[in-house]
Amino acid sequence: MGIEKERLHFSWISSAEATKFVDVVKEVTQIVETVGPNNKLVKKISA
Amino acid sequence: MDSYTTKIRELSANLLKDEKVDFIIGFKQGTIPMAASPHIAKTSEQAEQFIWDNNCRINLANYLTSRKEKIGIIAKGCDCRNIVTHIIENKIKREQLHIIGVPCNGMIDKIKVSSLFDEEITGYSETDEVITIKTLSDEKNINKTEVLKSNCMTCTHRNPVIYDELVADLVEEQQIEDQFSDVRLIEEMTADEKWNHFDNLLKNCIRCYACRNACPLCYCPTCFVDESGPQWVGKGQDPTDIRTFHYLRAYHCAGRCTDCGACVEACPMDINVRDFTRKLNKDSLEIYGWEAGLTLEQRPPLDTFTPDDPNDFIK
Repeated sequence: MGIEKERLHFSWISSAEATKFVDVVKEVTQIVETVGPNNKLVKKISA
Repeated sequence: MDSYTTKIRELSANLLKDEKVDFIIGFKQGTIPMAASPHIAKTSEQAEQFIWDNNCRINLANYLTSRKEKIGIIAKGCDCRNIVTHIIENKIKREQLHIIGVPCNGMIDKIKVSSLFDEEITGYSETDEVITIKTLSDEKNINKTEVLKSNCMTCTHRNPVIYDELVADLVEEQQIEDQFSDVRLIEEMTADEKWNHFDNLLKNCIRCYACRNACPLCYCPTCFVDESGPQWVGKGQDPTDIRTFHYLRAYHCAGRCTDCGACVEACPMDINVRDFTRKLNKDSLEIYGWEAGLTLEQRPPLDTFTPDDPNDFIK
């Protein structure tokens, strides 16, 4: 639909897997940063 | 198609006379050329109004949702597949239905036809292969195959899947080499190109919800776009809200859509709504080997779990 595939991630993390959670979040953040800010499917609400 | 019409009227009149059904759902002549309207016949006299031609585009399974009566229904291939979907989703029981199956050779695309003329179309008639279109100053014969609806061109289930009676012999199914070439074109686009494609597709959407209302899959008592507490999506013409409506509606049809084209037929702005559901149909087929509405014996892939379901996307 035109959203960059870098923005979508699926992972299965148990509540006991704190280190895996940290690793995944770091990786996701890194990958999302490569595509920059998202301007698509954003609703601009005027105040 | 006159033989179809005659047979439909005859079978319907008999069913109603014998009180085998409470009413029969079919088509009657519309009020403008190239249009057929849904028609419900409760008496054999009313059954005389039934017709069948190349304009019976909408999906009559839409009228079956949660009915309690014993119903006769005139159903072409795609209507039948939606009847099957209705049955496995517990929206109607097979025993309630008497299905008069119509082997279908495809319907014509009213947009393609009207684009061939500058003037308003004032008359329509057809023989087996040729349609004749009249305007105020012109009359043209067109081969039916040249103006077939795009979903009929790639259809591989023209014959009814389940039926109690047939109006004619079964037709030969089309062998389509590449059913999804249109989807592949979109898949090959970059993210920005895809975005622009769908932006362009939806630029005329007026959010009348005709696509949803014509779709036999859209039977939720309250659609998410009509809900006000919580309000899932804005109700105005903001492009983000328009997209959200179309994306979510398409996802609700995943593994259920039969590509009948009722959404496209209903759209007053000529939007090719199928662009959204086609990709999901392709994925259903490629990932699960599933085409919706072909069997009463198997549950759809999205309401079952098997250990070998593909899950490569989960890290």
